[in-house]
Amino acid sequence: MFRFFIRRVALTLPTFVALMFVTFVAVRLVPGDPIEARTGERGIAPERLAMLRHELGLDRPVWQQFLDYANGIVHGDFGVSIVTKTPVLHEFATLFPATLELTLCGLIFAIVLGIPAGVIAAVKRGSFFDHSVMTVALTGYSMPIFWWGLLLIMFMSEYLGLTPVSGRMDLINYYFEPVTGFMLIDSLLSDQEGAFGSAVAHLILPSIVLGTIPLAVIARMTRSSMLEVLGEDYVRTARAKGLSPLRVVGLHALRNALIPVVTVIGLQTGTLLAGAVLTETIFAWPGVGKWLIESIARRDYPALQGGIMLISGIVILVNLIVDLTYVAINPRIRHG
Amino acid sequence: MVDPTAAESGTLLPASGGDGHLLVETVPPAPSSLRAFWSAFSENRGAVLGLMVVAFIAFLALFAPFVAPHSPIEQFRQFVQQPPVWAGGTWQFPFGTDAVGRDILSRLIYGARISLGIGMSVMIVSVALGIVLGLASAFLRGAVEVVVMRVMDLVVAIPSLVLAILVVAVLGPSLVNTIVAVTVVYLPRYVRLVRAAAIAELSKEYVVAARVAGVGKLRLMFVTVLPNCLAPLIVQAALGISDAILEAAALGFLGLGAQPPIPEWGAMLADSREFIRAAPWIVTLPGLAILVTVVAINLMGDGLRDALDPKLRRS
Repeated sequence: MFRFFIRRVALTLPTFVALMFVTFVAVRLVPGDPIEARTGERGIAPERLAMLRHELGLDRPVWQQFLDYANGIVHGDFGVSIVTKTPVLHEFATLFPATLELTLCGLIFAIVLGIPAGVIAAVKRGSFFDHSVMTVALTGYSMPIFWWGLLLIMFMSEYLGLTPVSGRMDLINYYFEPVTGFMLIDSLLSDQEGAFGSAVAHLILPSIVLGTIPLAVIARMTRSSMLEVLGEDYVRTARAKGLSPLRVVGLHALRNALIPVVTVIGLQTGTLLAGAVLTETIFAWPGVGKWLIESIARRDYPALQGGIMLISGIVILVNLIVDLTYVAINPRIRHG
Repeated sequence: MVDPTAAESGTLLPASGGDGHLLVETVPPAPSSLRAFWSAFSENRGAVLGLMVVAFIAFLALFAPFVAPHSPIEQFRQFVQQPPVWAGGTWQFPFGTDAVGRDILSRLIYGARISLGIGMSVMIVSVALGIVLGLASAFLRGAVEVVVMRVMDLVVAIPSLVLAILVVAVLGPSLVNTIVAVTVVYLPRYVRLVRAAAIAELSKEYVVAARVAGVGKLRLMFVTVLPNCLAPLIVQAALGISDAILEAAALGFLGLGAQPPIPEWGAMLADSREFIRAAPWIVTLPGLAILVTVVAINLMGDGLRDALDPKLRRS
């Protein structure tokens, strides 16, 4: 067990190194010189150019530049944004709570709806409810979420006037300093009446949009896993003992059916963060996804490089944790 | 009903009669494997429906110049933001016009070309590369396998859209680069699948027999082993088309895919935001086109999976 843990952790190290390498190379392949991008079209004196190149370490051998870059990352230095002149890690850390809040709410939406829907569909296999759940899941799985977001804004915000169109908070009526970065918590801490309601209202549509694909995946997975478990001998035994159907399904079957579902939920991190890029763009949500897209538009390559590195690093870490917990809670599974 | 074993092998088993005569004529002719496949596929009504819709969209895409009432980029300046027929528009522009007076129906029809084209290109390139890299890792093992599979692990570690964005940022936004970016994102699943299937086949006796018979390495890879790995690959390829279409549309929506005035469905949505109030059809129709296409391909892919690869059947 312990050896497996060590091995699995060690296997992620080359991935991290390769990730550094890819982001390093990618940014150097981007057309245009970073100094020219800074100085603009007016040009620059050759001595000054040489000085700037030296300052940025661009006159050194490429392999040394890579080592510097890797060394910086290990020490938490992800470079400095060309546009805002602040460290990339700092910008990321400021914006990440917004993305995390959105992602968690989207995931909670998907779990709270997806697992019961999957369980009921499996128990009532072949029923109208089952068919409806599977149809909705297929649609959700195939949904272009950027369009789904626009549709919801059109209907819920513009037509019915129920929810705000964009942003995280009604900034005209409320203002408070961020403490945790989570709007739901900060608004409660601020003691301003109505601020929490505003935070919730702003979260509803983005969470639904971001949670749609995970919802479909979780519902499908729960249903198929549940169907499998319901056919097992111990479920028949539990039924034969005369236990109530609720107890059989809820306690005996669900506990085992949930193991693969938990894994699938863990593996949604990548989907959620990719989805966050689109969701944040649609709802003007000030998180890392929107920031990443804006960095491209502003040709802020250090920000792009650091942002991709950080987002991918988070996904790798979460996948690692999911893998390790999976083995820990289910010792029957040993990875070869 | 069809005898499943005969259907699978596609050959006729000679049955011996009691008196030693071959009673071939009493055995019903074995259906070709294609017919067996079709009978399994057509059992699934959703899959048939999906196939019909996909065929219809493919027809529109192929014959776009003959089907579309107008040019997809011609701007009818006196007919800006015409509503569709059902909302009080005219039959001249059945689905209405967009903000600069282009016919939305024609743009959607030409858009089918772009989206299906991207989906097919990504699928073909990644299947071809996946076969080569997957078979190479399975057969050569050693350093080749380690390098290929580590690179694939890395690609999988980066969230799909983020990686596609990185590729586009490096290459610049265009239709071709969209295909490159989405191919990079979806390559690992094909490589992993081919490698796993090939490794499973390699331990089987027919491969050992072929080796003993002195079959060359390339022939062993592509002629002996590959055909037996095809079923899961075909299923994955079909479902991969829909994923590629969605991914490309997302890039188009972010302004990182097809550039104006190309009538790509995602790009059509990108500048529709400001018309949510004034012209909702500009927002609704392109997204609906994406959704219908992707649902149809997924339905078809699920049917393919059930028919070709019963092991993967979900329930």
